[in-house]
Amino acid sequence: MRRRSQHSSKRLNRLTYNFPDSTGHFGQFGGTYMAETLIPAVEELTAQYLRFKDDPEFKAELAYELKHYVGRPSPIYHAKRLSESLGGAQIYLKREDLNHTGAHKINSAMGQALLAKRMGKKRVIAETGAGMHGVATATVAARFGMECIVYMGAEDIQRQAPNVFRMKLLGATVVPVESGSKTLKDACNEAIRDWVTNVESTFYIFGTAAGPHPYPMMVRDFQSVIGNEARVQMPEMIGRQPDAVIACVGGGSNAIGLFHPYIEVPNVQIIGVEAGGYGIASGKHAAPLTANAKVGVLHGNKVNLMQDENGQIIETHSISAGLDYPGVGPEHCLLKEIGRAQYVAADDDEAIAAFDALCRFEGIIPALESSHALAHAIKIAPTMAKDKVLLVNLSGRGDKDMNTVARIKGITL
Amino acid sequence: MSRIDTTFAKLKQQQRKALIPFITAGDPSQQLTVPLMHGLVAAGADVLELGVPFSDPMADGPTIQRASERALKNGMSLRGVLGMVAEFRKQDATTPVVLMGYGNPIEAMGWEVFAQRCAEVGVDGVLTVDFPPEESHDAFEHLQRYNIAPIFLLAPTTKEARIQQVAKLARGYVYYVSLKGVTGSGSIDLSAIEDKMPQLRKHIQLPIGVGFGIRDAATAKAVAKLCDGVVVGSRIVQEIESSNDNNVVANVVKLVNELRVAIDN
Repeated sequence: MRRRSQHSSKRLNRLTYNFPDSTGHFGQFGGTYMAETLIPAVEELTAQYLRFKDDPEFKAELAYELKHYVGRPSPIYHAKRLSESLGGAQIYLKREDLNHTGAHKINSAMGQALLAKRMGKKRVIAETGAGMHGVATATVAARFGMECIVYMGAEDIQRQAPNVFRMKLLGATVVPVESGSKTLKDACNEAIRDWVTNVESTFYIFGTAAGPHPYPMMVRDFQSVIGNEARVQMPEMIGRQPDAVIACVGGGSNAIGLFHPYIEVPNVQIIGVEAGGYGIASGKHAAPLTANAKVGVLHGNKVNLMQDENGQIIETHSISAGLDYPGVGPEHCLLKEIGRAQYVAADDDEAIAAFDALCRFEGIIPALESSHALAHAIKIAPTMAKDKVLLVNLSGRGDKDMNTVARIKGITL
Repeated sequence: MSRIDTTFAKLKQQQRKALIPFITAGDPSQQLTVPLMHGLVAAGADVLELGVPFSDPMADGPTIQRASERALKNGMSLRGVLGMVAEFRKQDATTPVVLMGYGNPIEAMGWEVFAQRCAEVGVDGVLTVDFPPEESHDAFEHLQRYNIAPIFLLAPTTKEARIQQVAKLARGYVYYVSLKGVTGSGSIDLSAIEDKMPQLRKHIQLPIGVGFGIRDAATAKAVAKLCDGVVVGSRIVQEIESSNDNNVVANVVKLVNELRVAIDN
């Protein structure tokens, strides 16, 4: 009897987590903070997404593309040599790096492109930081014959030259953004300006689970394929769910994709790893949750936001262009606030050390973004028993980071 | 009656249209903003829109983006802008001043403190580009308490139900964005404005100002015929950008005066 009532109270908890609400809010976070010109566009997008998301034909087409084009399901790999070297918990990797285009970004780009197709939009735009979302968008645009414009900070174009070339090969126009800090947030501003101007012809394929409603919900839903697969794969591999799921958080799309299906799974710890840059104390980082940044409004949503005392957005720093962003998705803000997830930071040096470790121990070159998640696993694994299991989202591969890593090591390619 | 309402009532009586220029506070320098405001009034401005600079002005084109960057470099903050309005009010007790910008600097100050400060220094209206009515409950409550008019934008894409919603919340005047795009972009489509007006008038009793894309006297004149007020921003900011500290006030006065004459004739 007692057991039974415990079980039903868990079920009750399960029913209480249902975000966002109908107006796109995750508690106090999220919302639709957009200029009037774009409000009808996001309302239309919400209506169309809600119309198609459970449509059997849409779901079947998405499932087909994810299987045959993207290469899903992505495997889970037991990083045995790395785990042994640490002498503690076992590290497992969800191999999003093995997707077509080399990162998790394609999961959502594909979903959004299929929606754009149904909405009759022939022009897609995107912002990109590390270039992975730009490449994913350029890829699906080529796949479906759509015009594609990618906005990318001039600074990031320098850092991620190979990805710029990839986008161009795929037929996209890459527009360098020279305003502000010339990174991801400025690329976002510029993409929004394009959307305001071309709102009727254009679908904005947003890269992360942030921005105005419905993006945080829609991107999360498309990325949840990661966690949904893992929930099936882990019991197949080890007979149970992991003790913790760990992912890097910039805007947080790969993380929410892994985390969301685990929110209601008991006894699974959820850990998001932000970019610690030169260290939280230095102020030069991109870790708004870890640093308890004040709540503010940017890019259409209310979130924890790195800002000065006058509400101006401050420049962030991370070795990884994909995490170099002053905000974070609203659902992560909520998960932190209600205590369901924990957010920590790994700094540049820790990420590089983790990058090296995975290369040497496992023959896998991770993206610098994913290396942050790995760095935290490497930090905590030795403190845990050998039968504990950490599932790390290896959100992307590191080929794009060769120039950055070489420069840090003082090597000219 | 508020300064905005009084101003529009008087204009209506005189069968004239409002000229509403925009400048960014702190551009080209903090010292020149108040002299520029007085210059605008002397040149024939009826309402002043004073831009509060923001690091990420998503709805603005390159001209106003650069003005924001210059202003922030000059150390401009929301606190500083409120101080400028107080300074302006020492010599001008009648011209309405509307602060225009993005929500985050106000969020950081807190809406209640902000609304109270607005009332103290003599701000009449507030337009936050990225706070549509749906997200403005808190803001609206505090502004209303201190009699500060929330100014809302309407766009060519705005549907009738939203026009009705805005009509209920808006005070002062309503700002119709005449084109799909950022500030300072493209050219204006007069017949599209003309077509939209009856739909706007059906629900909105307040005066309607039209802006975005008004770059010369002839356009200002043509737009003024269709509505109650003309908002000119990027063109004036451009004039500020191409002037030096010695001639900027004179150049802006000359430009705004040309707009005034065109609108009145």
